[in-house]
Amino acid sequence: MLWGIFALLTGAAVLAVLWPLAKPVQKAASPDVAFYRAKLDEIERDAELAAISPQDAQAAKTEAARQLLAAAEKDEPKPTLGVSPLRPRLVAIVALVFIPALALGLYTYLGHPDWPDEPLEARLNAPAESMDINAAIAKVEAHLAQHPDDGLGYVVLVPAYLRLGRIEDAVHAAQMALQKLGENPQRLAAYGETLVFANHGIVTEEARRLFTRALAAGAEPKALFFLGLAASQEGDKTNARAYWQKLLAQSPPNAPWRSDLTARLAALSGEAAAPDPAAAIAALPAAEREAAIRAMIDKLAARLAENGQDIDGWLRLVRAYKVMNEVDKARAALAAARRDFGGNAAATARLDALAHELGLNS
Amino acid sequence: MIVETGHFALVLALALALVNAGVPLWGIAARDRRLMAVAPSVAFAGFLLIAISYAALTYAHVTSDFSLVNVIENSHSAKPLIYKITGVWGNHEGSMLLWVLILSLFAAAVAVSGRAMPIDLHAAVLAVQSWIAAAFLLFILLTSNPFARLVNPPIEGNDLNPLLQDPGLAIHPPLLYLGYVGLSITFSFAAAALICGRIDAVWARLVRPWTLAAWTFLTLGIAMGSYWAYYTLGWGGFWFWDPVENASLMPWIAATALLHSATVMEKREALKVWTIFLAILAFSLSLVGTFIVRSGVLTSVHAFANDPRRGVFILAILVFFIGGSLLLFALRANALKPGGFFVPVSREGALVLNNLVLSTCCATVFIGTLYPLALQALNGAKISVGPPFFNLTFVPLFLPLCAVMPIAQTLAWKRGDLLGSVQRLFFAFVCGAALMLFLAVARGGPAISILLAGLAVYLMIGAFTDLGTRIFGRAALVNGHVLRHALGLPRSTYGTALAHAGIGLSLLGLAATGWGAQKILAMKPGDVARVGSYELALESVGPQTGPNYTATVAHMAIRSGGSKVAQIDPAVRFYPTRQMSRSEAGIKTIDFGQVYVGISDGTTPGSVNARLYWKPLVTFIWFGAIVMALGGLCSLSDRRLRIGVARRVRKLAVAPQAAE
Repeated sequence: MLWGIFALLTGAAVLAVLWPLAKPVQKAASPDVAFYRAKLDEIERDAELAAISPQDAQAAKTEAARQLLAAAEKDEPKPTLGVSPLRPRLVAIVALVFIPALALGLYTYLGHPDWPDEPLEARLNAPAESMDINAAIAKVEAHLAQHPDDGLGYVVLVPAYLRLGRIEDAVHAAQMALQKLGENPQRLAAYGETLVFANHGIVTEEARRLFTRALAAGAEPKALFFLGLAASQEGDKTNARAYWQKLLAQSPPNAPWRSDLTARLAALSGEAAAPDPAAAIAALPAAEREAAIRAMIDKLAARLAENGQDIDGWLRLVRAYKVMNEVDKARAALAAARRDFGGNAAATARLDALAHELGLNS
Repeated sequence: MIVETGHFALVLALALALVNAGVPLWGIAARDRRLMAVAPSVAFAGFLLIAISYAALTYAHVTSDFSLVNVIENSHSAKPLIYKITGVWGNHEGSMLLWVLILSLFAAAVAVSGRAMPIDLHAAVLAVQSWIAAAFLLFILLTSNPFARLVNPPIEGNDLNPLLQDPGLAIHPPLLYLGYVGLSITFSFAAAALICGRIDAVWARLVRPWTLAAWTFLTLGIAMGSYWAYYTLGWGGFWFWDPVENASLMPWIAATALLHSATVMEKREALKVWTIFLAILAFSLSLVGTFIVRSGVLTSVHAFANDPRRGVFILAILVFFIGGSLLLFALRANALKPGGFFVPVSREGALVLNNLVLSTCCATVFIGTLYPLALQALNGAKISVGPPFFNLTFVPLFLPLCAVMPIAQTLAWKRGDLLGSVQRLFFAFVCGAALMLFLAVARGGPAISILLAGLAVYLMIGAFTDLGTRIFGRAALVNGHVLRHALGLPRSTYGTALAHAGIGLSLLGLAATGWGAQKILAMKPGDVARVGSYELALESVGPQTGPNYTATVAHMAIRSGGSKVAQIDPAVRFYPTRQMSRSEAGIKTIDFGQVYVGISDGTTPGSVNARLYWKPLVTFIWFGAIVMALGGLCSLSDRRLRIGVARRVRKLAVAPQAAE
């Protein structure tokens, strides 16, 4: 249909060139002579109306007559009437080739022939299955503006906002859903997921608690996945593998996340190049990188405060505080680790070595 | 589908413009009439295609099709329908599309009115016009495409700049563009005359209606822009010597000079160099104006989104057309044979003076506008050339010109009689002087206003003196048919008188600004302030909700001598989408003067900061422009040829003088 219209327009444009070429040539008029004739008539009329005095009229007529003679005598080479058919044929060929070629060439470069019109009315009234996501969101938002207590509206908005990258709106909608409808595994996990997005993919401590709560309340694949991710981000491969294997076992054979999950598990076992959280963080812009690192440190600290039996964790935490130039916190962490591993000589030796390396002994 | 059809039609129009820029010129070079005959039909087809394209863009705006970037950036679904339609040209891309639409409209008009034209001139005019169209179509498609689209359309747009959400947007830009772009036709005529070597009275007769039409539209466009700024900006000014205003004033001055110069060429075959030069100058200046406004060298409500690429592109167009036409001019200079002879004191001589003075005026505006921009570009220094510069340069040039205008109108062609002309203006002199005397006694000052008022009255009466002498002159009285004689006079004579009187009327309005009153103060409900001979009482301040804005409205009563004369409701509107405010002045016209109130939100709730003005006779400034435009239309309606009668013998008597 669209290409039909284009063809029609192009055809008309080409015809606009071809049609005058095909017409018989009219005889040349002489507008110069006609002009001075008309001027003479005009003076005659003015004189009759007494708009000019008779002697003025005479003078004007003399001048116009002189110009008329000059125009008539002007040795103007008459344009040829065109006997040779060569030139019109050339022009016709140019029109037939150049116009469609340029129009189609430039249009395909600039245009989007396969994109339909998107008038707002039609988008808002489209049936749900064919409605575009922006229109759908607008509809739900409008509905919520009328019925602010309909928690289900917020539930459907969360994934839609995430898809469009409207993270802050997604966090807010997930909070509202929890507030209006109360906690359930899905809503808790959804809220946690928005927080992960808001923190550039880092599972923060707050998010981890949400996923833990979701898992406690019932089976929730999302919670399992993100808890595994949290563990892998902390370098805790054992726990990460445990969560993800559990998720894999629960997943139906056609679950869309299966292949991704298998790849992640393989990466954990070191078979493939491990997706390095450090590299991911290094790729972030400076301000976000700092925030991401801080979020990871806080999460590690919170986990160790709950359960301190992880010497590698403590060593990482102390080193991180030192890197962030927070010497007091590094010393505090060192002291806490020494307390937790009071009877463990090997662990104490490693802590002493680190303290020496970082110059934390005072 | 409609949107993409519009996009395709625009590309197709470019292809046609390129064909029409070449084939007719080949026809002229080869003297082949078959090739020349292609020009009108292609020009007409080009117009239809651009019209389709423009209609498609309008459709997208009206239906809020947010898959177009242009619609997202400049529209909002809650915007009133009228602003959805006018918003099409309330932005850079759309206004450029309107530009080429009008360009092709003029080309189509030339195409269908070509019967009286020599075929080679006709073809050449359309070819040059196609060059311009092709350049601007390329500019639009490559740097400012209004049909650029987004895959994932948002559900709401960014709304139109609130300053533009005004009925003024429906009137000012189209009129101004008709003027600007109309000058492209006179340019094309000039270039075609140079190409075909037809620089004569016939050419001048053919170009006349186009110059008149462009000038009339430009006059109205500038005046409406000025009135719009006056009532929208909220502080009562109507002309700021702003670069954007100057950009429209320069082509107007050049077009005014062209109008007069072309008359001489038509009647006496003289001033050919002047006329061709002014035709090139007028359009060049409107291109310069486009460059200043659209390249991003300055920021204003007209600048829209700036993009350095656009500036470079327009600069290239500018250099090509100005350079090309001047080169053509230089090559053909020897073909410009001197025309009819005249002595310095004659109508021709006076019009040469007019050309000189107007060109100098134009140059001063040009320097005052571009010098600060150039300086800033060179060393970053920001200097401001404001009203003081123009008051010292432009005004001393323009006012004497006004004084000479009526004298020139009464001078005869070829050989004039200065003393006789001055004598005939005796009545006008006396009226002007009497008014000045009266004002000096009654008002005492300011001197400049008194001088201007006197000049204005002299100019208005003087404008009709020539007409009066000719209607009631001896020849008419002898025959006793005053009415028949009056009807027999060419309408262009009436047009001249009207246009000159319009300048007088505007001057009178300007003079009266000296007797205005103003007051700036904070007001709360119940307060009464006096401005001029009126008392303004603030009755209440309340909120108001519009379709896409909220407003604070001050309800005020205007009282005079204790009784209420009128009610005004100045407001300040807030547009949340753009987070912008604009003032909506309260204006009441009383006896051609205006009570004008602009408000802004006050420091304490419920109070407003108000600027109160009484502006006597202020409407004359714009009525003057409307009268000038009426003069243009009157002259335009005159299809007759113009006769310039050359005097052979110098006469001292106050005999009925030669025709116009």
